[in-house]
Amino acid sequence: MSSVGVAPAGALAAPRFKRAATLTVYRWELRKLVSQKRTYLGLGLAIILPLIFVMVQSLRQHHDHGDNIFASQITQSGLATPVLMLLFLSVFMLPLIASLVAGDIVAAEDGNGTLKTILTRSVDRGQVFAAKALAAVTYATIAVFLSAAVATAAGVAAWGFNRVITYSGTVVSPSEGLLLVFAANACYLIPLIAVASIGVLLSTVTRNSAAAVVGAVGVTILLFIIAQIPGLEGIRPYLLTEQYEAWHGLLRTPTNWSPVSHSAWVCALYAAPALLAGYLVFLRRDVAGG
Amino acid sequence: MAADAAPVRARGLVKRYKEVVAVDHVDLTVRAGDVYGFLGPNGAGKTTTLRMALGLITPTEGNVELFGRDPMRHGARALEGVAGFVEAPRFYPYLSGHKNLQLLAALDGANARQRIDQVLDIVELLPRAGHRVGGYSHGMRQRLGIAAALLRAPRLMILDEPATGLDPAGMRDMRLLIRRLADEGMTVLLSSHQLPEVQELCDRVAIVDRGRLVYEGALADLRRQGGAGYRLRSTDDARALQIARAQPGVERASGGEVGIAFQADEHAVAQLSLALARAGVGILALTPELATLEDLFFRLTEDGHGDDARLQATAAAAAEQLVEAQ
Ligand SMILES: Nc1ncnc2c1ncn2[C@@H]1O[C@H](COP(=O)(O)OP(=O)(O)OP(=O)(O)O)[C@@H](O)[C@H]1O
Ligand SMILES: [Mg+2]
Repeated sequence: MSSVGVAPAGALAAPRFKRAATLTVYRWELRKLVSQKRTYLGLGLAIILPLIFVMVQSLRQHHDHGDNIFASQITQSGLATPVLMLLFLSVFMLPLIASLVAGDIVAAEDGNGTLKTILTRSVDRGQVFAAKALAAVTYATIAVFLSAAVATAAGVAAWGFNRVITYSGTVVSPSEGLLLVFAANACYLIPLIAVASIGVLLSTVTRNSAAAVVGAVGVTILLFIIAQIPGLEGIRPYLLTEQYEAWHGLLRTPTNWSPVSHSAWVCALYAAPALLAGYLVFLRRDVAGG
Repeated sequence: MAADAAPVRARGLVKRYKEVVAVDHVDLTVRAGDVYGFLGPNGAGKTTTLRMALGLITPTEGNVELFGRDPMRHGARALEGVAGFVEAPRFYPYLSGHKNLQLLAALDGANARQRIDQVLDIVELLPRAGHRVGGYSHGMRQRLGIAAALLRAPRLMILDEPATGLDPAGMRDMRLLIRRLADEGMTVLLSSHQLPEVQELCDRVAIVDRGRLVYEGALADLRRQGGAGYRLRSTDDARALQIARAQPGVERASGGEVGIAFQADEHAVAQLSLALARAGVGILALTPELATLEDLFFRLTEDGHGDDARLQATAAAAAEQLVEAQ
C-alpha cells in the first residue's frame, strides 16, 4: 500500500448523503444472480425438460395420454405442448426452481458473510430486503416464461402452429391459442410468487441456503399431503398447492375467472404474511456472522 | 446532525448473548481527529462493540451515536461519512474485486464509482482487480476491505484488527496508510491486538476486558498513570529482588533475565538503594523506564482473572505478534 504517486485518500471530496435507489439495489441483485451457477441450474431445467419432452414425444409411435384433451392432440398442434409442460412442471419442478433461488437469496449472503458488507453502505435494510424479494420473484417469472417459450417453440417446430382445442372443447385459432398459453403461465405465476415469498422468508429466518430451499419445497409437498387427508376436503380450496391449477379456468370458453380470482386472494394470504414476516425479521436481526 | 457531535459516542452499551455478557456497560467517546485504539484480549467484546456501532447488531441496552446519529434509529443515514469493517472484510467470491467495488459504489450512491480505480491503486490491487475475489489471498481481501471503506470517502473509519494475518510488509503498509489517513484529518477507530501498532498510531485508547471498559483516555496519561518503572542491575540480582520485595513503597518487583524490574516513587527508590548498600549488594545500573503499553495492557486486563491457561495463551499470542511485528 504505497503512498507514492497517488492522490491522498482523504482529499477525495466527501459526498453528500444520498440513499441508494431501491431500483439500483435490485439491479445489483439481478447481476449477482447472473454471476452465480445456481441461477443457471434452475433455468437449465426450465429449458431442458420441455426439449426432452418434445424429443421423446416425437420419437413415440403411439400417444395414449387419453384423458387429457391437450395430450390427445399433441401431434396435431404444437400449442398443446406448452400446456402439457405447464401441467407437468407446475406441480413440482417450477416450485423447486423458484425455491432454488428464493431460498438462497438472503442465506447466501449469510454464508458469504457479505450482509455486513452491504449493510454498512448507504442502503437501509428494508431496501435490501425489497430488492431481494423482487429479484426472487423476477427469477421465478423468467423461469416460467422461459420454459413456456421453449415448450412453445419446440412444440411448434415439431407439430406446427395449428388450431388447438381447449378444455371446453372449443377450437381456437393458433394466435388465440398462443395468447391463452401466455395467460395460463401468467396465472400460474400467482401461486409461484407465493412459493418464492415463502422461500425468501425461510432464507431470512434459517440463514441457511439448503435448509431454506428444502423448506420451501417441503411446504409444497406438505400441502399436497394435507390435501390427501380424508376429512380435510373443506380446507382444500385454501391450500396454496390447489392454486397451482387455477390457470385451467383460462383454457375454456367462456373463460372461468372464478378459480383465477380465488387463486389471487388465497395466494396473497400466503405471500403477504411471508414477505412481511421476512421483512420484519430482516430489519431486526443481528448480523453477527461473517 | 449536530456539527460538534462526536464521531463515536457510546453510552451504557450492553450486549448479552443468553448468559454471555459480551459488552457490559461500555461508555466511550471518539473525538474528531482521534486515532483511537480499541484494545482488549480475545473475547473482550471489541468486535461486538464495533458491530453495534455500525448498526449490524442491536444493543441489549444503551446506544451508540455516530456524529450524533443512532444507527438503530436512523438506519443507513447514521453511517453517513462512516466506513469500515468488522472482522475479516467479506466480498462476493464469484465477482471480481472491481465488480465488488462497483456494487458497493452503487449502494453508496453519490459519485463513489469514479473513485474505484483510485482506491484500488491506493491499496495496490489494481493489477488484480479483474480477478474473482474467490481467488484472492487473505491479505488481498484485507486490502480490498480498506479500498471498499475508502470508497465512501469517510470522515470516520472503523477498523477491526485490520492487520490480522498480514505479513510484516503488509502490516507496515497498513500502519502507513492509517497514519496517512489520520494526517489527512480522518478520525480512525482501530481495534487491535498489535500493541506496537497502537503505541505508534493512537493518541487515545480504550481498553476492554470481559466486556468491561477498564481504561479510556489519552495513551500518554495511561502510561504516566502506569507509574514510573525502574530496572536495576546489581552484583547479586537474586538478593536484590528479595530486598526490593521487602522494601515498603516498592511494587511489582520481578526478576528478569538480567537484573530486576519494579515500580516505586523516588523516595522508595532512594531507600532501596540504601538498603542494597547495607546488604552489600552493589548497584551496576539503576534506570527509570516508562511503562510500555504491553505492561499496562496486561496489568489492566489480567487483574482478577482466574483462568491462567487462557491468560498464558493470550500472553503467548501477544508475544508472538510482537515478534512478528519486528
Ligand atoms: N453471535 C454471538 N453469539 C454468542 N456469543 C457471541 C456472539 N458474538 C460474540 N459473542 C461472545 O461475546 C464475547 C465477545 O466477543 P467479541 O467477538 O466481541 O470479542 P473480541 O474482543 O472481538 O475478540 P477477538 O480479539 O478474539 O476478536 C465472546 O465471549 C464471544 O463468545
Ligand atoms: Mg474481534
